[in-house]
Amino acid sequence: MNSQRAAWCFVAPALLVISVFFFLPVLAALIMSLTDFDIYALADLRNLRFVGLRNYIQLLQTPLFWQALGNTLYFVVVGVPLSIAASLGAALLLHSRLTWFKGLFRTAFFAPVVTSLVAVAVIWRYLLHTRYGMINYGLQELGIPAIDWLNDPQWAMPAIILFAVWKNFGYNMIIFLAGLQSIPEDLYEAAGLDGAGTWQQFRFVTWPMLGPTLLMVSILSMTGYFQLFAEPYVMTQGGPVQSTVSVLYFMYEQGFKWWNLGAASAVAFVLFAIMFGVTLLQLRFAKGGEV
Amino acid sequence: MTRLVSIALLLSLVALLSSCSQRQEQGVVLKFWAMGREGEVVTALIPEFERTHPGVRVEVQQLPWTAAHEKLLTAFAGEVMPDVFQLGNTWIPELEVLNALAPLDGYVAASAVVRQDDYFPGIWDTNVVNGRLWGLPWYVDTRVMFYRQDMLKRAGFNTPPQTWAGWMKAMTAIKRMVGPDNYAILLPSDEFEPLLALALQQDEPLLRNGDRYGNFRSAGFQRSLQLYADMYAQKLAPLNRITNVYHEFGMGYVSFYISGPWNMGEFKRRLPAEQQDKWMTAILPGPAGPAASVAGGSSLVLAASSRHKTEAWQLIEYLSRTDSMARFNELTGDLPPRRSNWTLPKLAQDVYARAFAQQFERVRPTPKVPEWEQIATEMRLVAERVTHGELTVAQAAELLDAKADHILEKRRWMLARKEAR
Repeated sequence: MNSQRAAWCFVAPALLVISVFFFLPVLAALIMSLTDFDIYALADLRNLRFVGLRNYIQLLQTPLFWQALGNTLYFVVVGVPLSIAASLGAALLLHSRLTWFKGLFRTAFFAPVVTSLVAVAVIWRYLLHTRYGMINYGLQELGIPAIDWLNDPQWAMPAIILFAVWKNFGYNMIIFLAGLQSIPEDLYEAAGLDGAGTWQQFRFVTWPMLGPTLLMVSILSMTGYFQLFAEPYVMTQGGPVQSTVSVLYFMYEQGFKWWNLGAASAVAFVLFAIMFGVTLLQLRFAKGGEV
Repeated sequence: MTRLVSIALLLSLVALLSSCSQRQEQGVVLKFWAMGREGEVVTALIPEFERTHPGVRVEVQQLPWTAAHEKLLTAFAGEVMPDVFQLGNTWIPELEVLNALAPLDGYVAASAVVRQDDYFPGIWDTNVVNGRLWGLPWYVDTRVMFYRQDMLKRAGFNTPPQTWAGWMKAMTAIKRMVGPDNYAILLPSDEFEPLLALALQQDEPLLRNGDRYGNFRSAGFQRSLQLYADMYAQKLAPLNRITNVYHEFGMGYVSFYISGPWNMGEFKRRLPAEQQDKWMTAILPGPAGPAASVAGGSSLVLAASSRHKTEAWQLIEYLSRTDSMARFNELTGDLPPRRSNWTLPKLAQDVYARAFAQQFERVRPTPKVPEWEQIATEMRLVAERVTHGELTVAQAAELLDAKADHILEKRRWMLARKEAR
């Protein structure tokens, strides 16, 4: 009993802080999402109307929200596997005994993660420039016509995915690297003795041993990618023709640009519900895979 | 025992904090928020004010333009508004709704410095909401035509076009001359001002029924959007974005560009010397002769929450003096809103500024509702879809009206409730 009380004493300050700065705001936002809190309500609370689920219903009837959701899903569905593949590839490369200058490469791959997004976005905007950008220059050398990356609704999202994957893969790479290093060497030796080649060693030793790491990385990337905001904010401002508006960008505009805080809170909860659902699916899928 | 220690610690902390806040300030401290470049430059004008107003100290805080709107609303919500601040004149209706501003009518009536008839009327009007004056124009901003004189001449035109028809004719001639890889006019797709300027040239207002509903289905707006769409459809305007306008303008990639006063300085600075006599500014062409453009710029406003309103007004009055404005113009290049400043040699002799002087006499305010900026953004987005061929002009007008009506729903409810009372 006494030790239980001590435990509570240790946990209480943290719980208090979490409830004041996390649960309370979330609860407030939930209540706000049921009202039409806006600039008029900020002037005088008597201008606040309780609207029930109207914000949610209207949100689901807003074409731009669906487009933002579609854009975000596109970003997640293409971006997450690409990002995982890139980071796993880089991790394998760095883990390999054959690679030289490991420290240098590790730094180079990790550098984009820690650099300011705005700074690298400016550089990428130059790289992606239609007429003077290096990427189009390279493509034209290969005989491929120039692509208007950031101004063509077809290409703006791929350009942003490319940028985001480049920016983020180093983070997952470090996690994978740690996962790879924790695989006992004897497993490879045993597999080698049984006559397994490089591919078979990867398929039957590395891949299953990385399972938990892979699950964690995929959940982390997925939740991260669902919250796409800064890249379109800096690179395209949601354009052209709103092809890069993400759910979070939509929420930002509703909440902080137009001060429709009620509607913006509703967006936040819808996004939360979607991410929660997808994470549950991932966990179930992983469990099913293990059996 | 530990409790005693923590209480003692807490008490000493409280004592420390209160001793900080209790430090007595000498006289009155005015908090003044200004944005961007203006915020940097205005500090040069403050010492003179402090010298002539002993006992008053001005604390200038600079806000970046991109964060200014958020910061002002947050300051209002947190009740930490400054005494005096710079406010984009299209934001005045919004802060007026919040009751964040103090009306200036009384101060102006009693002032020997501020004379309404000396200000460009369209700019003054942007500060009047619901019949009262909420701000004093500090500098003005509008959009005029920047154009390449030499290109126009080569295409066979000696004077800039003054009507829409003449404008299209000149652009078509230039396009024919420069070929498929170059264009006649630059209309940046991330700006709503060029289309808005054309729309303001019409007789119909942009909102109707006391600004309760959108009025974009009016024939006037559709004519403006049609002209805008035609420029794209006839390949007179490029669809792709441009990173360096000055370079492209110098190269002849485009020959017309609708833009604002800050670009006078930029063109002078960034175009090579041999091209300096090739560019010029002109008043915007209209449906039938020179016509209106947007009334932009910033005003100085007095916070309703200010406890030093007299001193705060004195600061606004000081900054509105003709000599302060002339000095401010020298420092920033921002254009003064008072006609008497335009007879001073620096502006009167500037050939590039001449078009602005004409244009300021014909500027029009946008609808004075807090929701206007959101509606203007929708207008830009819908226009972008028209230029990409996704919507016809009539479809766009209908869609835009629906969007505006939706955005204005709360306003209609507020007005109906006010009338019922």
